Amino acid sequence: MYDVELNHITKTYENGAVQAVKDVSFGVKKGELFGLIGPDGAGKTSIFRMLTTLLIPDSGTASVNGFDVVEDFREIRKRVGYMPGKFSLYQDLTVEENLEFFATVFNTSIEENYDLIKDIYVQIEPFKKRRAGKLSGGMKQKLALSCALIHRPTVLFLDEPTTGVDAVSRKEFWEMLRRLKEQGITILVSTPYMDEAALCERIALIQNGSILSINTPQEIINSYPKPLYAIKAHKMSALLHALRDSNLVDSAFSFGEWHHITLQDSVTAEQLKVSLQAEFPTVQMEAIEPGIEDCFIQQSLAQHEVEL
Amino acid sequence: MAIVRIAPAVNGYFAAGILPAKEVAMSNYVIEAENLTKRFGDFTAVNEISFHVEKGEIFGFLGANGAGKTTAMRMLCGLSIPSSGKATIAGFDVYKQTESIKQNIGYMSQKFSLYEDLTVLENITFFGGIYGLSRKEIAVKADQLLHELGLFDHENTLVGSLPLGWKQKLAFSVAIFHEPSIVFLDEPTGGVDPVTRRQFWDLIYKASDAGITVFVTTHYMDEAEYCNRISMMVDGEIKALDTPENLKKQFNARSMDDVFFELARGAKRSGD
Amino acid sequence: MKQFLSFIKKEFYHVFRDTKSLLLLFGLPIAQIVLFGFALTNEIKNTSIAIYDQAHDPASRSISEQFAQSPQFNLVKNIRNQDEIEAVFKAGEAKLVVVFPPNFEQDIQHENKAEVQLIADASDPNTANTLTVYASNIIMDYQKELMLTTTIPISIQTDMRFLYNPELKGAPNFVPGVMALILTLISVLMTSVSIVREKENGTMEILLVSPFNPLMVIISKAVPYLVLSLANVTMILLLSVFLLEMPINGSIVLLYAESTLLILTALSLGLLISNITNSQQVAMIVSLMGMLLPTLLFSGFMFPIENMPLPLQLISNLVPAKWYYIIIKDIMIKGVGFMSIWKETLILTSMTAFLLTMSLKKFNIRLAK
Repeated sequence: MYDVELNHITKTYENGAVQAVKDVSFGVKKGELFGLIGPDGAGKTSIFRMLTTLLIPDSGTASVNGFDVVEDFREIRKRVGYMPGKFSLYQDLTVEENLEFFATVFNTSIEENYDLIKDIYVQIEPFKKRRAGKLSGGMKQKLALSCALIHRPTVLFLDEPTTGVDAVSRKEFWEMLRRLKEQGITILVSTPYMDEAALCERIALIQNGSILSINTPQEIINSYPKPLYAIKAHKMSALLHALRDSNLVDSAFSFGEWHHITLQDSVTAEQLKVSLQAEFPTVQMEAIEPGIEDCFIQQSLAQHEVEL
Repeated sequence: MAIVRIAPAVNGYFAAGILPAKEVAMSNYVIEAENLTKRFGDFTAVNEISFHVEKGEIFGFLGANGAGKTTAMRMLCGLSIPSSGKATIAGFDVYKQTESIKQNIGYMSQKFSLYEDLTVLENITFFGGIYGLSRKEIAVKADQLLHELGLFDHENTLVGSLPLGWKQKLAFSVAIFHEPSIVFLDEPTGGVDPVTRRQFWDLIYKASDAGITVFVTTHYMDEAEYCNRISMMVDGEIKALDTPENLKKQFNARSMDDVFFELARGAKRSGD
Repeated sequence: MKQFLSFIKKEFYHVFRDTKSLLLLFGLPIAQIVLFGFALTNEIKNTSIAIYDQAHDPASRSISEQFAQSPQFNLVKNIRNQDEIEAVFKAGEAKLVVVFPPNFEQDIQHENKAEVQLIADASDPNTANTLTVYASNIIMDYQKELMLTTTIPISIQTDMRFLYNPELKGAPNFVPGVMALILTLISVLMTSVSIVREKENGTMEILLVSPFNPLMVIISKAVPYLVLSLANVTMILLLSVFLLEMPINGSIVLLYAESTLLILTALSLGLLISNITNSQQVAMIVSLMGMLLPTLLFSGFMFPIENMPLPLQLISNLVPAKWYYIIIKDIMIKGVGFMSIWKETLILTSMTAFLLTMSLKKFNIRLAK
């Protein structure tokens, strides 16, 4: 039932001194677009490298397409596509040469699977004689994706594909992933950007090597334990401090133009507003639906408390 | 001149507030650029950009890959001489006084900021020394900084073994250690976890309250939301410049991402 | 097989697009050969010489006169005793000393034969060789002159002695030396750097996560450098035959076979280095320190191994280039066949086998153990 499955996977470095992945378990269904959402250093890359057979877990088991990542690594290597976090193509080879090379390495040809990469490749085809090193970030990313797809993998692993790429290219990239998903390819993607979580079918929030929660983005949002409010006034940093000092407020975090806050139990929004009125006459406050970032903050703090 | 401390008095917040731009006198420009242009042969990387940044302002400098952000920032840091136009940084001319500019700015990027194989204290001492601070000054300020960041027990820890969030906060503190007029931040919080990011921005707000101008380049719009004002560069030109709130209104957009998308979609250039 | 060919093609793209390295690879041997070649053909003019005339008779004076007048030589000193000879060389006052025995003319007239000794400073073997040829010519001319006046056959023999480098190493010896150096450079350095580059760029990650056998990655890396190295051998041989007019006395096939063997040794070492390093800089430093430097020092090409202290002589046995140098010199100069060099070949083969086994053992099919 699961195309990718991890059971109690643990990975340490430097002889156990650094715990990169702590008892992680999750499954990715066939044809699913699954996001691993967490900051740098959360353990995302380690998980990807174990699933792509590049690293061996310290303990626990994992499988891809039903093949064990340690025992059957050869089978997995035939079937998966992998795009590492760093741009990993040959900078001194042209676009076309890179694609041809990876096609041959995977025992196939560009023609054979052209239909799969066509949507993506046509965008860089005008530059096919250009060396990969001379491409822009967005184009490099498209080429890397084409190369990862050229052998029609059953599972696609994309490790932080949108890091260092501008907003326009990022948007296009997620659009491409959605279309690939329609072709039945299972996609596991990682990103440190919370706003990209909503574009996945299911996500796992990960922090310090542990999974905080796994669910659909909407379910994760729905499980936010308290009503959330956005609040702003003319003097924002003063407001933030006032909120943090107030005994009516449970949590307060800056979100740029607004601060997001939750209130202590049985405190109403009106009560808080009244209490702030004197110092901040222009205060505005409204109930909002939390975003993934709100959920991430709430969950990582909750986990922190558990650990303490 | 304002005395910069890592932890200014709490009333510093009340004095400056989130939009110092409106509260500070008009003459108080720390960055002034007038038709600033940089050409490489036939290619105009930066095309007559004009803008002003006020003292203590947090100014977001945004643009797609290849829009000319890096080139523009290099000119502002005194690393590259403009082809034409005028600009002064902290009152110093970008053509003639590049050395004075370098003395009066701080710089931090996510890629390089600190030496991973030096300890926390060694990094602070090194960067303090570069800017000509005396040993005594460094010792006093380092003490203060370590307390402020809660790193006091870690002064002899190698920077490489610190968690990313701590590194970022330390890097920022080191970048403003010599009390520059302006600090340039290149994608400072990309990839940092949401809680640490907010702590990081707390530091930025404090610096801003204390009168340090903060110049942030990024292509992450969620980072941009924290800035007082934002400029958007497309194809070497500044296509929009306003507060995030006004930009969203102007483009009738839900988020800065959408604003950026609207502006950058028509870009002809792309490249790094 | 198609994968393999495609990989090799890619590797050649890398090589040919890195123009700077390519220039260095082919420029370096050319420069070395031409430099040495110039040293060889350098015309000799006004070389300082000294004469130790123990005879002081008309014949010796007449020959001395000839030396003094010759445009090639510049007589700087007349030596009065045996000890002075050594002193003159040590002080660098003369490159050649002509020694006439006592009773030189008497020997000619009564015994119809006499001997002149030519002592040359052979620390620069090319020059020493040329000098003695010129000097012999002057003496031969005098002999011919004498022959015109008499019917008795007279012979003046020249006895040549070379100081400091009695075997007169040099001239043809540097070609095998340059070959050993270049092959080592390309094979060890370029291979290790090019594999480590894939690690650094992250492309190794993609290659590992492909059905392509990781070992094939390494083998297909080796092929272009093997080809490149052989091309370099060919170029060096062509230069030495046509520019330096140095004949190859032995079998060309054997020469190439032995060169291929050294290349394999070096490739294995390059592979071993790339397995244990993760950055191009480290790979480069290890290659230079671990291979190029010992090759320069211990191959016998720059510094005669016989003159080294025993511990260094023992160390030199570990340097593959030493054995290659012996083999190639024997083939090129002495023209010997395989039977005379099988021992050295066996040593080189065992080295290759050892290094290859080591590097294959160390080879990682994952990013970490």
